[in-house]
Amino acid sequence: MALKLMKGCEAISEAAIQAGCRYFFGYPITPQNDVPEYMSRRLPEVGGCFLQAESELAAINMVYGAGGAGARAMTSSSSPGISLKQEGISTIAAAEIPAVIVNMMRGGPGLGNIQASQGDYFQAVKGGGHGDYHAVVYAPSSIQETCDMMQRAFDTADTYRTPVIILADGLIGQMMEPVELKENPNPTMPDKPWAATGYDPKGTKPRAVLNSLYIETEDLNTLIDRLHARYEVIKQKEVLVECYNTEGAEIVLCAYGTVARVCKAAVNELNEKGIKVGLVRPITLWPFPTEAVHDAVAQDSVKGVLTVEMSDGQLLEDIRLAVNGVKPVEFMGKAGSIMPTTEGIIERIMKMREA
Amino acid sequence: MAVIFDRTPVLTDVPFHYCPGCGHGIVHRMVAEVIDELGIRNKTAGVAPVGCAVFMYNYMDVDMYEAAHGRAPAVATGYKRVHPDHFIFTYQGDGDLASIGTAEIVHAAHRGEKITTIFINNAIYGMTGGQMAPTSLVGQKTTTSPYGRSKEHCGEPIRMAEMLSTINGSAYIARCAVNNTANITRCKAAIKKAFQTQIDRKGFSMVEILSPCPTNWGKSPVEAMQWLEENMIPYYPLGTFKEV
Repeated sequence: MALKLMKGCEAISEAAIQAGCRYFFGYPITPQNDVPEYMSRRLPEVGGCFLQAESELAAINMVYGAGGAGARAMTSSSSPGISLKQEGISTIAAAEIPAVIVNMMRGGPGLGNIQASQGDYFQAVKGGGHGDYHAVVYAPSSIQETCDMMQRAFDTADTYRTPVIILADGLIGQMMEPVELKENPNPTMPDKPWAATGYDPKGTKPRAVLNSLYIETEDLNTLIDRLHARYEVIKQKEVLVECYNTEGAEIVLCAYGTVARVCKAAVNELNEKGIKVGLVRPITLWPFPTEAVHDAVAQDSVKGVLTVEMSDGQLLEDIRLAVNGVKPVEFMGKAGSIMPTTEGIIERIMKMREA
Repeated sequence: MAVIFDRTPVLTDVPFHYCPGCGHGIVHRMVAEVIDELGIRNKTAGVAPVGCAVFMYNYMDVDMYEAAHGRAPAVATGYKRVHPDHFIFTYQGDGDLASIGTAEIVHAAHRGEKITTIFINNAIYGMTGGQMAPTSLVGQKTTTSPYGRSKEHCGEPIRMAEMLSTINGSAYIARCAVNNTANITRCKAAIKKAFQTQIDRKGFSMVEILSPCPTNWGKSPVEAMQWLEENMIPYYPLGTFKEV
């Protein structure tokens, strides 16, 4: 299939449909409105259903209902709306329901602004809702990568019966890039014997009880143990990371999403001048590529690590945990949706080299 | 020996955990009987609420969801959109439906969502220990209205059946009570009509049921039935408010 120029929000929607998503529930919020708009046009064409919910709370609970009924369901929003969805995401994690949630991050806290930001890292990676759970978090840095990720996102959600978050930002949502979309008219769906699809006491399929309440302490603990055993498998099998020119690097940059693209430009520019700089880009933020980060920075050649973010130092904490004190870690970043520049990053790297 | 009265098949063989004199057990049985009588068991799912009926998934032998407080109509919507030829009911209390979940219930009705809601109005928060509900009567003493509910301070109790009957998407809205045998019989007929409304794809259907909570009202089961009759029914008139 040929390359097509597409806006991020629309491309991610089409990729979700190609991955078998047939149900979308959402509520308008900038900068992700092109997702529900696209879905409202396209889903009826493929026999699916788009429904504009009365709120983000209702939307995520509709996803719970549809996902629990065995369908591939998705919602999307942007930061303040994602905060509202946390009750449902916690419920979905506890009830072991597959779901895909797209967050086109904007500036926060509160209403913040409507420009791209990375301020929701903690919320997505460290839990977000209440209780002992995780969501798998993917952080795409281009529209093509976002599209390629959607099939994996739905498959991962189904395989592990878990919420999956696509943590993109307003730039991914709003910019246009050439993309190649894989057409998949008959996406394969795994068997879901646990889903609510009708119960016949004479049949072999067990009765579905989709629940997040375990009133007995031991019962709740059993659920959490089950979830955490699954999380261990996810940590073993689902980590995605890009290590770009890190071998023999003096300075290692760490960044994700669109910021990683700016970092890559800085790396390229410096590499051309013979300065050895590399980039570690986590693609999954949870599970976190702890090992890859550690291996990249533990090399003898590495003098220091620079974490670059469009937030006030959130990824930084996971980088520090992964580096575990073996090398100094510096931070460069601004909140309020201020994108770091290639020049700024280069300047900072040169200072680190002089030190 | 001939069996003349038995558990209806949709009820599991699990004893109810409800207090003596509570209305939930009566209503659970009627919902189960209606599902059996309509022959829709294999295609029916339910959504249990947060509140005293939170364990309803242990009692109803159909596919069941447990929803967060107030969100049952949204969960039911997701299910119904995936399985439009199946049937789904939500079972909700007054805190759930008339307070934290007003947006979800109003918009489910507004969309004409083809779901059935069983709404238990006992004028109090049961499971959390007797706090004031949006449906608590003026003057009613609860653990958060110890001087009695004051109209000036927190308004008058909300009448959900009347309110939802004004919405075009509502196809069947009724209010019943389980305070005596005649009303229980009417209540069962209303529950059946509500499910039939869903089967006929007419729109949203709800039966509000006035139900006693002796424990949190601080009354004996018999006194609770009397209190319901003397205080609740005058404010919450019984009857059919909408039928398409």
